[in-house]
Amino acid sequence: MKKVQFKSSYSQYLFLAPQLGILLIFLYWPIIQTFKDAFTMQDAFGFGATFVWFDNFLFIFDDPAYFIAFKFTIIYSFVITLITGSIGLLLAVQANNVMHGKSTYKTLLIWPYAIAPAVVGVMANYFFSERFGLLYHLFHELWGFNWYESVFDSYIYVIIAGSWKQISANFIFFLAGLQAIQKSVIEASMIDCKNSFRRFWTITFPLLMPTTFFLIIINITYAFFDTFGIIDTTTIGAPSGETRTLVYKAYMDGFRGLDLGSAGAQSIMMMLIVLVITIFQFRYIEGKIHYN
Amino acid sequence: MTRFITSSFSHLILLIGILIMVVPVWMIFASSTHTSSMINMNGLQMFLGDSFYENYLRVLLYQGGFFKEITALKMFFNSFIMATGVAILSVVTSLMAAYALVYYRIKHATLLFWIIFITILVPLELRIFPTYSVMAELNLVNSYFGLIVPISASAIATLFFRQFYKTVPDELLESAKLDGANTWRFFIDFLIPLSKTMIVAMLIFMFVFGYNQYLWPLLVTTSEQYWTVVMGLKMMSGSIVHRFAFVMMSMVPPILIIILLQKHFIKGVFQDK
Repeated sequence: MKKVQFKSSYSQYLFLAPQLGILLIFLYWPIIQTFKDAFTMQDAFGFGATFVWFDNFLFIFDDPAYFIAFKFTIIYSFVITLITGSIGLLLAVQANNVMHGKSTYKTLLIWPYAIAPAVVGVMANYFFSERFGLLYHLFHELWGFNWYESVFDSYIYVIIAGSWKQISANFIFFLAGLQAIQKSVIEASMIDCKNSFRRFWTITFPLLMPTTFFLIIINITYAFFDTFGIIDTTTIGAPSGETRTLVYKAYMDGFRGLDLGSAGAQSIMMMLIVLVITIFQFRYIEGKIHYN
Repeated sequence: MTRFITSSFSHLILLIGILIMVVPVWMIFASSTHTSSMINMNGLQMFLGDSFYENYLRVLLYQGGFFKEITALKMFFNSFIMATGVAILSVVTSLMAAYALVYYRIKHATLLFWIIFITILVPLELRIFPTYSVMAELNLVNSYFGLIVPISASAIATLFFRQFYKTVPDELLESAKLDGANTWRFFIDFLIPLSKTMIVAMLIFMFVFGYNQYLWPLLVTTSEQYWTVVMGLKMMSGSIVHRFAFVMMSMVPPILIIILLQKHFIKGVFQDK
């Protein structure tokens, strides 16, 4: 904290008030409502709600569809993190290598970051439609690809759609991470180790650890929450619910099924997952990585 | 020689990466300049056709065909209002809150810090129905206010501004105090000009974030008059080339902003000099 500060006075509250006010009304109030929903059951006519303890939670644990969505969300975030992280890193290393045109490459690779997931999904839709989708026909020729029926194929569809734009974000952050490594460290390592491949994995990559772990969190958050627009514009869960993320399932149960108790319980489960990931990051990873 | 080979290899990989990014978008664009019967017969196109003006003008201005009541032009207007509102509201409130957190000796500072920053862990998707019922209770469904404010309830920019303020040397406040500046003067005349890069970066970030919202506008607008571009993707009907044209136009504003302002954006987020 600062050594020189203003003394506590009424003016500090004037500075805090706008943000705190918005957060309290539009964030804390709904969160409290979420907890209320999760522990109550609405009666069929919507006249009242009874307190049911953990019934809504027990109900979702009994629901096979919940585990299908859970499994898909884990696989989806893992694969997206792996694909976008490695392609982003590969491109960033190459862009950092070249002498000429570095900023042109940066511009040409940065823009997909700005596209909305829903827009990406609609585009992917055109490439995977049965009627004129190029990728649909290419994969269909290769192994009889049919995402309307095969779970594996529908995974491929949403993984390609979900990874495409996220490569950009990984590229930008890895490139910034690479450029932040001091020249002297790299020059010294060039004397000690002639093999550039080994040099990368023993010197450069460990120095990129903070960026890598930051991106893992970013990618997982993206796969959990931002892919809603992608799922909703591509498979809508096809073949039969196997490509629903947890967020998508909670939304569908709340919106289509009008089951706010279940949607609330599912939201709280997701808050717990996010909390666990965050604590894990702070406790284990932050302590174990090298900073320059 | 090896230098030349490795560098050509780098260029090749980068070129493949760029093609993966550019080709799909190009094909949708090229296809959007053809006629629907052409697409229906021959699939997606690689080369431009000659229906560009016809298709794009029809999508932008036609009312009562593509969507029921609203023109695409009005949807762009709505998206622009929403994105600008989100950017300005969240950046202004975050600047102020971060200022109070860093520059005041506050009682319960740790508690306040957590009240503000724990919210980053609870994205809108996790509280979407309760947020909707709050908006319904406050009578804010189908309004620009309803589109903007819940999206602005975000402490991400506060986190960035707080990090930035902490790097500002203490001497700045000392000398400002010697000049007789009070807390408002210091904030407005000293700190804000100093944070310009960071402010621009956060405005860009929040603008794109607001523009790209999909689920929230879908839920909070039932009147077509408040529809935004990105949610409109779910609603559009009409012939295939017109849909292509609408998809193409929908991505232009955020891409343009990121490309034109990328220097500021990268400078602010990564704080390079």
